[in-house]
Amino acid sequence: MAIIEVDGLVKRYGDHTAVDGVSFAVEQGEIFGILGPNGAGKTTTVECVEGLRTRDGGAIRVCGIDPREDSAELRELLGAQLQESELPEKLKVGEAMELYSSFYREPADWRELLATLNLTDKIGAQFRRLSGGQKQRLSIALALVGNPRVAVLDELTTGLDPQARRDTWSLIETIRDRGVTILLVTHFMEEAERLCDRIAVIDSGRLVALDSPAGLVAKVDDRQRLRFRPSAPLDHALLTALPEVTSVERAGSQLVVTGTGNLLHAVTTVLARNQVIAADLRVDQTSLDDAFVALTGRSIDS
Amino acid sequence: MSALSRLTATETRLFFREPVGVFFVLAFPPLLLVILGAIPAMREPDTDLGGTRPITLYVPIIIVMGLALFALNVLSQMFATYREKGVLRRMRTTPVKPQAMLGAQLLMSTILSIATMLAVLLIGWLAFDVGLPRQLPAYLVGYVLAALAMFALGLLVASVAPNGRAAGGIGMLLFFPVMFFAGLWVPRDAMNDVLRTISDFTPLGAGVQSLQDATAGHWPQLLHVAVMLGWTVAAGGLAARYFRWE
Repeated sequence: MAIIEVDGLVKRYGDHTAVDGVSFAVEQGEIFGILGPNGAGKTTTVECVEGLRTRDGGAIRVCGIDPREDSAELRELLGAQLQESELPEKLKVGEAMELYSSFYREPADWRELLATLNLTDKIGAQFRRLSGGQKQRLSIALALVGNPRVAVLDELTTGLDPQARRDTWSLIETIRDRGVTILLVTHFMEEAERLCDRIAVIDSGRLVALDSPAGLVAKVDDRQRLRFRPSAPLDHALLTALPEVTSVERAGSQLVVTGTGNLLHAVTTVLARNQVIAADLRVDQTSLDDAFVALTGRSIDS
Repeated sequence: MSALSRLTATETRLFFREPVGVFFVLAFPPLLLVILGAIPAMREPDTDLGGTRPITLYVPIIIVMGLALFALNVLSQMFATYREKGVLRRMRTTPVKPQAMLGAQLLMSTILSIATMLAVLLIGWLAFDVGLPRQLPAYLVGYVLAALAMFALGLLVASVAPNGRAAGGIGMLLFFPVMFFAGLWVPRDAMNDVLRTISDFTPLGAGVQSLQDATAGHWPQLLHVAVMLGWTVAAGGLAARYFRWE
């Protein structure tokens, strides 16, 4: 049974419809991504799930609970990390954890949680003294201190440097391994591709696609492109004869072979048989970026 | 520990981490009493005040100043800042409602301002021979009513201010007229009739007079009780109407 069910969600702000009939279901133990450009309605969607906003239409169930009906019970089961939410400047990390664990019926061991998030040495540090990455990790710790079954993480790595971002990603996988289902809002392709089991692509308040990262890419195009410099002249006909190959072009000293299916294997087999070595071999596959452009008609950053 | 007591303890700890705030709100009122009491004329009966010693009049004035500082400078600013920074919003995602934060702040302000009141009363009594309240229940009633009116006013400031900095500014701006009519610069007994009548209708003018009456052994006048309740209802009502958690 799905742990989060969203069915035909509608949220309006005045005349503007921010979320327009979005439906999806998140399975237990998944990392489920909501991907879309800024202003697409991602945050509004998860805020309706969290019960922070009241929906105008559709149905939502989190562990069978309607966020509109029983918000007290929902808050025991759902931990949320919000965009742009701070703590009092002079509150210490340990005090924040102690305080927030007193809010829950069955809190997690907050010291262990800080250890998992590599914050143990910051227990006595005030919030204002933390780096961006540390603040985000504390934010995750606070979202998890109530031992939730679901954690909603909104734009978790925005503003972090690449190293901190990668560290945060492995933390999220650790959290999932603890049995927490994760709903992840992001506008980073790389993040969605690396972390998510499934992704809901949202654009202008509508769901445009829902699939695994590989599934989204395959849906759009499974064309691949090989580039290499042959060590000896090669008859193009040898390659064009292959069923996987659609075209062969010469670009300077390089050959560019376009095709589908198991293109790399087919081409390298022919090369080996003809004792040609492919130098500087590169494989370009359709990326999630390409898929996003194909699905929404624009790049995520525009 | 329950969430409310943990929250109150944490907020109190945070309050004590702001040395400037601690000085103004906790140390300044007793200090002001000591400084005023050090002036010989303050300890002499004054015929303009009907033979009362000025220091006697300043004890309740300084006590209500403690309330005004908490309500207008601490409560309003903390709350507006917490809203601005998303602290209250984050609380909304937990089983504890942000209302608990309001409760914790009010509890802390009440406890600490009562501590200030006791310190000022004791210093006045021990150092300057100012009599303790003769009518203690009446004194507490007057104090609680004044506190309610001021806290409601502080929350109103927190409700209308767009951010913490603005709340601090508005609070400061209100502090001066409120304290003027409480008699900080000219005690009520030395005010002319017009000023004193205006003062009767301000929360701390009514508050100071009630404390003064209780010190002398009388219950607060009906007018002053009505004025303080009126401010509580009006400011509290407006605050409730315009209050935003985020």
